[in-house]
Amino acid sequence: MTATETRIVTKRLRDRPDDSWTLAAAKETGGYDALRQALTMDPMAIAEEVKASGLRGRGGAGFPTATKWSFLPAGVEPRYLVVNCDEAEPSTFKDRMLVERDPHQLIEGMAIASFALNVHHAFVYVRGEFALGAERLAAAVQEARADGLIGPNMCGSGFDFEITVHRGAGAYICGEETALLNSLEGFHGMPRIRPPFPAIAGLYAKPTVVNNVETISTLPAIITMGGEAYGAMGVERSRGSRIFSLSGNVNKPGNYELELGLTFRQLIDDFGGGLAGPGPVKFFIPGGASSQWLTDEHLDVVLDMDLVTQQYGVMLGSGAVMVYNQDACPVRVALRLAKFFAHESCGKCTPCREGTGWIEKVLYRIEYGEGRDTDLDLLLDVGDNISPGLNAPFSQTTICPLGPSAVSAIVSLNKFFRDDVLKHVKEGKCRAA
Amino acid sequence: MIERTGIPKAAEILARYPSRRSALMPLLYEVQERDGYVTEAGMEEVAEHIGLTPAEVLGVCSFYSMFKRTPQGKLLVSVCTSVSCMVNGGEELYAHLRERYADDPDVTVEEVECLAADDGAPVMQVNYEFHEKLTMDSAEQIVEDYKAGRKTPRSLSGTTVRGEGP
Repeated sequence: MTATETRIVTKRLRDRPDDSWTLAAAKETGGYDALRQALTMDPMAIAEEVKASGLRGRGGAGFPTATKWSFLPAGVEPRYLVVNCDEAEPSTFKDRMLVERDPHQLIEGMAIASFALNVHHAFVYVRGEFALGAERLAAAVQEARADGLIGPNMCGSGFDFEITVHRGAGAYICGEETALLNSLEGFHGMPRIRPPFPAIAGLYAKPTVVNNVETISTLPAIITMGGEAYGAMGVERSRGSRIFSLSGNVNKPGNYELELGLTFRQLIDDFGGGLAGPGPVKFFIPGGASSQWLTDEHLDVVLDMDLVTQQYGVMLGSGAVMVYNQDACPVRVALRLAKFFAHESCGKCTPCREGTGWIEKVLYRIEYGEGRDTDLDLLLDVGDNISPGLNAPFSQTTICPLGPSAVSAIVSLNKFFRDDVLKHVKEGKCRAA
Repeated sequence: MIERTGIPKAAEILARYPSRRSALMPLLYEVQERDGYVTEAGMEEVAEHIGLTPAEVLGVCSFYSMFKRTPQGKLLVSVCTSVSCMVNGGEELYAHLRERYADDPDVTVEEVECLAADDGAPVMQVNYEFHEKLTMDSAEQIVEDYKAGRKTPRSLSGTTVRGEGP
């Protein structure tokens, strides 16, 4: 049986492709009804619905949203909500779609979260390159404010709520929440040492919740459906639906919102139209560029955040799945990812700043015919300096996970494509080319 | 030397934040819009608005790749060569456009990381406007359309031509 999409967060933008981002379209499709309902509820009851839904962060780490909220210390004001729309994980493209095509859903979710958390000023950090997304979001905020849906006395509730849209300026590291907060405060986007965690001392050293765009965009549906109904979907501790960004060598790449619990094979075949080019699948990267890789023997693994990590040492991460056919060269993919991490390392921690550069250099010489017999072991040694033990879930000698993320491709090469690497070294050329 | 001509939106931008320093990046975008790149004079003005030294402003500015500190072509063509575009011809597209516009002062071609449009690979942005599912010919045609005025580009910071947006 062919699986079908479960459109919750993507419903409006799929139903109204021509005007889903306008206030008129939002209102005609139930927009802000969930907010009005939430405003009649006790703030604690909203948090309880979120807890019952089992919602976990959609940005990558998968931390339970209600638990994150519960860390805010009682009675400390002001407190802030910051939405992370700095989507830059290679192959992830869901948040851009949500902010460009359904900004009102995001605003409504922010208003619900802020009412639940007693936040009166929230921020959205939008990746700088998302010019259209920032423009539509800013316009939507203005529309919503002019309509009394947010702003002073939002929806006539007596609760004041403002949103500031802040553009990033081209730094992947700012997707890491503490680097994002530094950037929002007008500093270099470099991660902070934790503790203190943002819930205790975040933006302007005040209690702060940082949530992903998709996470917040899910809140209106959770209020409308009820937490329990939302949580009835899914598998094990991966509840509800989430958006998977499918790309690479597939016939129909795109964003597909699926109930959690389907398999990679269903995602690729039923939604992505199957592998493009010579099969079988050579390998796929299951959770954004930071994840370790899997191969065609893993296609029937279930999309379950905990299972993939515990049994296969990979992560569902940001929900991005990149698929490669037999023509793809794993060394070349690893090199391109290494170049990315070397470029985006912020330079704060020595193992990452130096290590990512060396990984790129060594992979470069392997790919271009100058590799040495010992190079794979050298790569693993450099990787071990960043992520001791080279296991997943990883340990790290760095403040943030960017460093260990750069090691994932090396470990994957060693695990699945050792022969490919050695052949590059021996023959001085790429087998796939 | 570009004269200091003021940042008309400065007061409105500063009012968006509980802390003046948070206005640093938006003010740098304003300067880039005004001068075509982030000029030294502009950084001095931003420093005065926020209460920092120009060196502190430069320190933050130089961390972010979208703040350009040298004059740019009118069109910034950013071609993605990351892992989804790579297997769909992104590297070849980048090489082609770089070669094609090597001597054109109006067009700056740069290689960029994943632009979050993998389902449209290969992709590029022209002044931060997305163009997807490109071929060498279609990409070149798009740049030519901008050059000839058949398409209106965003400004160099990606803000709309109408000056709306944050």
